[in-house]
Amino acid sequence: MEIKKQYWNEYQKEIAQDDYFYERSCIRQTFFPGSEATFLKILRDELGKKIVDDPRIHTCTGIGYHSDIVPFDTTMAICARLFSLMNGAGLKNYVPSCVTSFGIFNEVVETWKHFPEELEKTRENLRKATGREFEIPDNIAHPSDIIYNFRKELSRKMKYRLVNRETGKPLKVVEHIGCHYSKIFSKSSIGGSEFPHVLVGMIEEWGGEVVDYPERRHCCGFGFRNYLVMANRGYSIANSKKKFESMKPYKPDFIVSNCPGCTMFMDRWQYTIAEMEGITYDEYGKGIPVLTYEEMTGMLLGYNPWDIGMQVHQVQTEQLLDKIGIEYDPHDKYIGVSGKNLGVPEKPKNLVV
Amino acid sequence: MPKIYDLLLEDVRFREGLTACMNCGICTAICPAAEFYNYDPRKICNLVQSKDEEKIEALLKSETIWYCGQCMSCKTRCPRGNAPGLVIQVLRKLSQELGYFTESEKGRQQYAINRTIGENIVTIGYCVTVEKIVPELHPEQGPVWDWYYQHAEEVVDRLGGNYKKDGPGALRMIPHESILEIQKIFEVTGGAKLSDTIETFSEEKAKDMDIPFNSAIEGNDYFMHVFTKNSNHHQK
Repeated sequence: MEIKKQYWNEYQKEIAQDDYFYERSCIRQTFFPGSEATFLKILRDELGKKIVDDPRIHTCTGIGYHSDIVPFDTTMAICARLFSLMNGAGLKNYVPSCVTSFGIFNEVVETWKHFPEELEKTRENLRKATGREFEIPDNIAHPSDIIYNFRKELSRKMKYRLVNRETGKPLKVVEHIGCHYSKIFSKSSIGGSEFPHVLVGMIEEWGGEVVDYPERRHCCGFGFRNYLVMANRGYSIANSKKKFESMKPYKPDFIVSNCPGCTMFMDRWQYTIAEMEGITYDEYGKGIPVLTYEEMTGMLLGYNPWDIGMQVHQVQTEQLLDKIGIEYDPHDKYIGVSGKNLGVPEKPKNLVV
Repeated sequence: MPKIYDLLLEDVRFREGLTACMNCGICTAICPAAEFYNYDPRKICNLVQSKDEEKIEALLKSETIWYCGQCMSCKTRCPRGNAPGLVIQVLRKLSQELGYFTESEKGRQQYAINRTIGENIVTIGYCVTVEKIVPELHPEQGPVWDWYYQHAEEVVDRLGGNYKKDGPGALRMIPHESILEIQKIFEVTGGAKLSDTIETFSEEKAKDMDIPFNSAIEGNDYFMHVFTKNSNHHQK
């Protein structure tokens, strides 16, 4: 077991220390907009880093590319436009919020390295379409890499630990790494594809205990076209179910993921399974809370849970906040930006909220 | 028409994804799609490297190539550095370009993806956004999503976003000039052509199947047919 734990050390990567260009994620900003705001706040306010959030950025096409309606030539040129925006900001460190995007950028840059004619074709395509030129970034890091890199510094600022307030024992945390973070290019990740350490490093530094369960590395089941088309969603839910069944005996306190899609699916499929079959994977019928790593970080730093977006999860997060002893105002949960009370979502039939 | 195998070789992903498969089957052992569907990436690699044109054409018309979820777990484990997931991407590309995708139930679904994700990219600059995840088409999203969907601007902006407005922030309105550049990139690089190809072959298939087809999603019977039809003949 100890030897297994050390394998991750073979896979280290360079992570830029400052001056980042941020690319928002279609999925993360749609389902967890508070997580992106939290990441930017942590970098700027807690760590004093420079990170540019350019309004002209757009999709990398990732979901379209992996569902095969966007050709590779198009994806390469779209990525090149994003690099051009980064160049225009005078920056060299690219930070894509999405794990699918992270995989896409690594694939595109690796393709250009191995097939220089593809790089030349992309330059010509971008020039012809937009008149733009571009340079390849010096560094591509996922935001979870950056949080991992500064985990010790952040730990010193944290108000809470991943510890059960009543028992004093570490919380048991399931970490789920999005497939495209490390399965395509192991060397682009911290820890490689077999033992990715990016979330483990955060959890252990902040007082928690990582759950090592049999289906730990299994895909969440997004499967692109296997979720996008209603007829195919059985594939998606079946894969998540396989993971839930495998982790259940270890009684995890929560799940955390660095991929926005995985976070959403593991939250929503627990609801769906509860409604379809009356099954939940905890003792109380509430389900296992699923957080983004930005939410986990912000929560421990003492940010208001309802300002960072923990109310947009279907599996309710209060059970976790209470375990840690995090203070929150229940009346603030469903208040909008205008101060208006937006009402309470309907209760599911089976899942306890 | 050139040989199908030669067309596959034109794509760098095919050359990178399949060099010397020894048919060990490790890709199949780890593949989530192989566990769920009647699907075996080992067999696909074996068939493709046989260079048998008749069999490859049948593969392009089959359900099989549409089962992969592109998690790329196969890339991680192949002892020879192949990536069956990349091979699948190129097979699907060719199936669409040649119009073979409409011969299978799963292949016909490309029309629904093109009409949703494809149109989103070139019109709003995102693959998805809140307003595109309509609760009626996404019952799995649950009541919290219904609440969020109804109050999107209030919720997104409370969470630090900038919903459908100018300037930076989550779910902001992407400037028109940027959308025009995206559209131009699609025209120059073949993205628009692929979209048109999917549309054209799908319209022909809708006629063959005698299912009403129109240019919108609403009231488009063919869209709903391909989006929801599951014959349940895909498992082992």
